[in-house]
Amino acid sequence: MLLFIIFSPIVAAILIFAGAPARKTALAAAGFTLFVTLLVFATFEPSQRGFQNVASFPISTDWGLNFAVGLDGLNLIVILLAAIVTVAAVWFTGKIDKYENAFYACLLLISGGAIGAFASLDLFFFYAFHELALIPTFLLIGIWGTGNRAAAAWKITIYLALGSFILLIGLIMLYQSVPAGSRSFDIRMLQAAAATGQIAPEAQHHIYPFLLVGFGILISLFPFHTWAPEAYAAAPPPAAMLHAGVLKKFGLYGLLRLAVPLLPDGARYWSNLLIVLLLGNIIYIGLVTIAQKRLDWMLGYSSVMHMGYIFLGIATANVLGTTGAAILIFAHGLSIALLFALAGELRARTGSLDFADLGGLAKVMPFAGLAFGLGAFAAVGLPGFANFAAEIMVFFGAFQNGWDMQRFHIFQIATALGLWGVVISTVYMLRAYRRIFMGTMPERWNELVDLRRTLRVPVTLLVAALLWFGFFPQTFVRMLAPAFQIYFSASP
Amino acid sequence: MIPAVSLEIAVLIFGMVVLTLEAFAPRMNKQTLAYIAIGSLAVVLIATWFVKSTPTLGSATGFWSFYTADSLSIFFKRFSLITTILVLITMIDYAPIVQAETGGRSGLGEFFALPMFTCAGLMYLVSAIDFVMIFVSLELVTISFYVLVSFTRRNPVTLEAGVKYLVLSALSTAFLVYGIAWIFGATGQTNLQRITAALANIETDRGAALFGAVLVLVALGFKIAAVPFQIWVPDVYQGAPTPVTAFLSIGSKAAGFVVLLRVLRPFMMLPHMQRLLVLVALLTVLYGNLAAIPQNNLKRLLAYSSIAHAGYLLIGVACLNGDAVVFYLVAYLLMTQLSFAVLIVVAQRTGEGIADFDGLAKRSPFLAFAMLIAMVSLAGLPFTAGFFGKFLIFYAAIAQHQTVLVAVGVITVACGFYYYLKVVRAMYWQVPVSTASIPISGLSRWTMAGLIGATIFLGVYPQPILRAIKPYGQAVVETPTTAR
Repeated sequence: MLLFIIFSPIVAAILIFAGAPARKTALAAAGFTLFVTLLVFATFEPSQRGFQNVASFPISTDWGLNFAVGLDGLNLIVILLAAIVTVAAVWFTGKIDKYENAFYACLLLISGGAIGAFASLDLFFFYAFHELALIPTFLLIGIWGTGNRAAAAWKITIYLALGSFILLIGLIMLYQSVPAGSRSFDIRMLQAAAATGQIAPEAQHHIYPFLLVGFGILISLFPFHTWAPEAYAAAPPPAAMLHAGVLKKFGLYGLLRLAVPLLPDGARYWSNLLIVLLLGNIIYIGLVTIAQKRLDWMLGYSSVMHMGYIFLGIATANVLGTTGAAILIFAHGLSIALLFALAGELRARTGSLDFADLGGLAKVMPFAGLAFGLGAFAAVGLPGFANFAAEIMVFFGAFQNGWDMQRFHIFQIATALGLWGVVISTVYMLRAYRRIFMGTMPERWNELVDLRRTLRVPVTLLVAALLWFGFFPQTFVRMLAPAFQIYFSASP
Repeated sequence: MIPAVSLEIAVLIFGMVVLTLEAFAPRMNKQTLAYIAIGSLAVVLIATWFVKSTPTLGSATGFWSFYTADSLSIFFKRFSLITTILVLITMIDYAPIVQAETGGRSGLGEFFALPMFTCAGLMYLVSAIDFVMIFVSLELVTISFYVLVSFTRRNPVTLEAGVKYLVLSALSTAFLVYGIAWIFGATGQTNLQRITAALANIETDRGAALFGAVLVLVALGFKIAAVPFQIWVPDVYQGAPTPVTAFLSIGSKAAGFVVLLRVLRPFMMLPHMQRLLVLVALLTVLYGNLAAIPQNNLKRLLAYSSIAHAGYLLIGVACLNGDAVVFYLVAYLLMTQLSFAVLIVVAQRTGEGIADFDGLAKRSPFLAFAMLIAMVSLAGLPFTAGFFGKFLIFYAAIAQHQTVLVAVGVITVACGFYYYLKVVRAMYWQVPVSTASIPISGLSRWTMAGLIGATIFLGVYPQPILRAIKPYGQAVVETPTTAR
């Protein structure tokens, strides 16, 4: 089952490259992936420990290298996110004027790479699948981008390549930290080794910064974030949806999957540094976001800023905070994808995303206005959306961490400042909404048409998922909590 | 079962046959000669699986103290044969240019026959375990390259390349002989095994041996294009006929590294040897990658990239990891040969500049895709052989705690992404000058498809090579106790 989810986008990409009708094949593959994912989601056993749906093929026995995939609550959620956003991104792809086949093939390769990385239980393939998305991203921004596309494409590609190689160094160090006899790339074996204390605290202190910086570059952790707004502003909307919504989450997933369970001592050792950096994301980038004058750049910066909350959840290293972080990954991926999709539709109609040029568009585009409002509210974290449930868990988890230590701790300061971040994001999101959809409308936009009827389907899909898991976050918590409980009971 | 030496003898005889056919059957279609050469090398390639084992290294006497057919050398005999076959295939595509440049149809027979002698030299070289044998077979390789490099001799650029290669190779040969003489003076031996034993003796003058080893390293540095002996590389690579460039950058380099692995083994116990290698590796990766960044000519870019890859290979050598070096060489063979094959086909229609590849994806999607795979593999993206090679190299460096090597390696890999993706950008972003597709022969197309397949296959499933090189991974380079 899981193999279908991973390979249907990749196989479809190859078919499209070979000349199959692009849009139909891509939609069919994306829909099939989502369908199978939902099927797996429905049959998932939350009570069962360990990984489910495991498939494993040996590659090299000397190295302990296997192609192994499997599911637990954590990666099932991010795969579900990837499947939903892929459908939306393919659906939102408008008319492509050149190399239409290559465009869809690149989109599906990004999606397949992300899903493969999430599903892999093997460090080597975990890493390799993520890199599969690098060249498609380069091509998507370079060929079909807007604005300063060449510079943006180079920047994101070189930056992410550098980040991945730093990450690779960290992963090799992690592999070598286990005593020679029991070395394996298998994440399950590594977890077993970590649970029995085979990864020395000393080694963890050395490895953790490599993972933090490597993943941090991929996630746009402050101060390694400069590639993100530029690339998302220049990327075609479906690429921005997939990259900001799904692919960027690879780093966060990696931290939750590797750093949290395998390197608890390293995480504790470096947690103060991480908190300072993530406050840079929340406060500094938050203020930068307020200053933006264009919607695409504002959304790019806002996606960088929201990473700060997820980092805060990861930094707490307790069940509540990390569960919140995992749900926030899901919620943020959906809301940012929705906002990027609508921004793309706006650009296609008006040719500009400058706040100064727009205004009062809710009159001519009521549905787009409603959808943007819902997306903005979700991003801010209004109760009722999945973002709210997740953020509140992150904040409680962070606050509790200081509470347990019986003194006013940096975690409580971070929580207090992080809550101000919510205010900041309210300011910029609502300002953007007001400037675009409210107020007086310039005459020239009288002729604008609302979203086509068919485009309401992916919007509804994204909003429905956000609302469903906003009202019933328990669905996720039940899946996630057991995995994290194992991690945190294993470490002292 | 065939004795191992008969492989080289067979290659030499087939080479003579091709030359004789050229001389005595002048009406014969020259392309047929190439097919005969390819076919005969393929026969020898198959024969390598039926080789009789030779005496073990230490106990050997007589001829067998010069020559060995251990699994490393058999592996690299196959490597040389496959490289030569692939080069001959690209030479068929290149033949029209040779004919135009040399005027008339003269010389094509030698053009197809000489690589076979080079191949025999490479095969001897990888089997050599004695300095005398190393010297003689290295000369066989080099002398046939003298002719090949300047083959299109009416072109002044080629002539310049030929002269540069001749002068600098001769110089490096002089260094080699001088170094061998010093080592012989210090140890009284030319056989690598016996040198090992002699060096372990306390009474041996280690200073003299170290001096000799450094001179030998200088000579080998010329062959593998390590900094500071790389200056000839860009000009010679750019000026030589493109198939010969490919042959130089793969065959000559691989042979250089095999000799380096063998020669270093006794000398690694000398003080400062590892530190020296680390320094050379650092300079080589830095120089190759940084100098490649501003290049606009693809052939020249590949020349600098070959220096950069020599640097990564040297990291593997400095970290005493034979497995990583061998796997990297295999990956390097696949991806470099692929990029040169595409370059040869495309350059005949447009040119050798990166700008000449503009919009290739629109003109010839297959060629563009082949080049894409070659470039991402050279850059080191996963699911290609190039990535697994880099992975093994970094693995070795991290295991040896070579922090500086790892840091510089990561930075230079990021540089590499820039200049390799410049080619991808030209092919996929830019607008083509003309939309006419570029013709390509069936044989070349299938060869390229095979190289693409092999590159991806080894990137996903590297086990065949890992298993093939396992027996001597430890045997070639043992971690010396006194190296640090």
